Amino acid sequence: MALTGLLPDFLVTRLDAVASLLRKHSLWPMPFATACCGIELMATASSRYDIARFGSEAMRFSPRQCDLMIVAGRVVMKMVPVMQRIWLQMPEPKWCISMGACASSGGVFDTYATVQGIDRFIPVDVYVPGCPPRPEQLIRAVLDIQEKVQRTGTIDAREFADRETYEGPTPLARELGPEQTIVAPGDYRTATRLRVPLN
Amino acid sequence: MPAYLDTLTAKFPGAFATSEFRDNRRVLVSAERAGEVLVPLLRCLKDECGFDYLAELGGVDYLNYPGATDRYAVVYGLANTANAERLFVKAFANDPDPELPSVVDLWRGAEWMEREVFDLYGVRFAGHPDLRRILMPHEFAAHPLRKDYPLRGYGERHNFRSVTRAES
Ligand code: SF4
Repeated sequence: MALTGLLPDFLVTRLDAVASLLRKHSLWPMPFATACCGIELMATASSRYDIARFGSEAMRFSPRQCDLMIVAGRVVMKMVPVMQRIWLQMPEPKWCISMGACASSGGVFDTYATVQGIDRFIPVDVYVPGCPPRPEQLIRAVLDIQEKVQRTGTIDAREFADRETYEGPTPLARELGPEQTIVAPGDYRTATRLRVPLN
Repeated sequence: MPAYLDTLTAKFPGAFATSEFRDNRRVLVSAERAGEVLVPLLRCLKDECGFDYLAELGGVDYLNYPGATDRYAVVYGLANTANAERLFVKAFANDPDPELPSVVDLWRGAEWMEREVFDLYGVRFAGHPDLRRILMPHEFAAHPLRKDYPLRGYGERHNFRSVTRAES
């Protein structure tokens, strides 16, 4: 939207602030809960922790109605296209919380099937550490998103337009060679460890 | 010796070996004989010996296993629903083209279990009606539970494009 050319700048700035103020108090989370972190996400929405105090209790299971994706849990290879598709289906402006060690880095699941951090494939705004994070931490993350919306938000979401490069970590270049396979059973002490190269 | 073993020995002399582990009795079918003998043997166990329930079907990779002579095995866990007796039938297969006859004709429930063994170990089942991958994505190339497949894979988990902010 070419709002910037249409209206005087000070007015657009005012509109930005108003829009951000309204937006940040009515975030609609999309719960992308794939594992145990999802339980904590549900607890956050329940009466004890009550995310409704911060205006983001309206969880919707349709990405078309949401503007805050909360990825809670480990994401496997097969889920990545699904996750990207859901992310693309959400209308702009939108934000993403990567909740838990698994979503942020793969956690302890450093295996062939588990993605080592969703930020390699979709943009992430706030990371929540923990396994699982406490509901208070998730609420903190929502507050951080609110602050980010207030500080950077614009009425026509033009702040996203110039972020066109990949923002995640450097892709993992090195993978294990075939000689570093796991040792076959028979010796339980080494069965799940990586083999040290012999030379 | 249980009666079903007598029946088996009478019908398939020399076609199998037996072994015991704790209270499990096992019937071993060698890789050479499995193609012709496995299905008749299981049918005999099912129809004549009362092992009417296929409780489990799983694969094993014996690469680097001490004392192992064959590479793969498929384990059929049978149960007798009348007297709760259990029996394990183990059939072996080898590279380069591990293949065993399918038992879908005997137990329909074996269909997905055989697909899983095929998906994760690469053992093909001759006569299976629909032998596709069941857990891994269809474009996946390897069989990840084989022992020579690295724990972290060959980098398949990184082979997706990244969505940037501007395009989303
Ligand atoms: S971070 Fe911990 S709680 Fe969360 S999905 Fe991973 S293992 Fe489960």
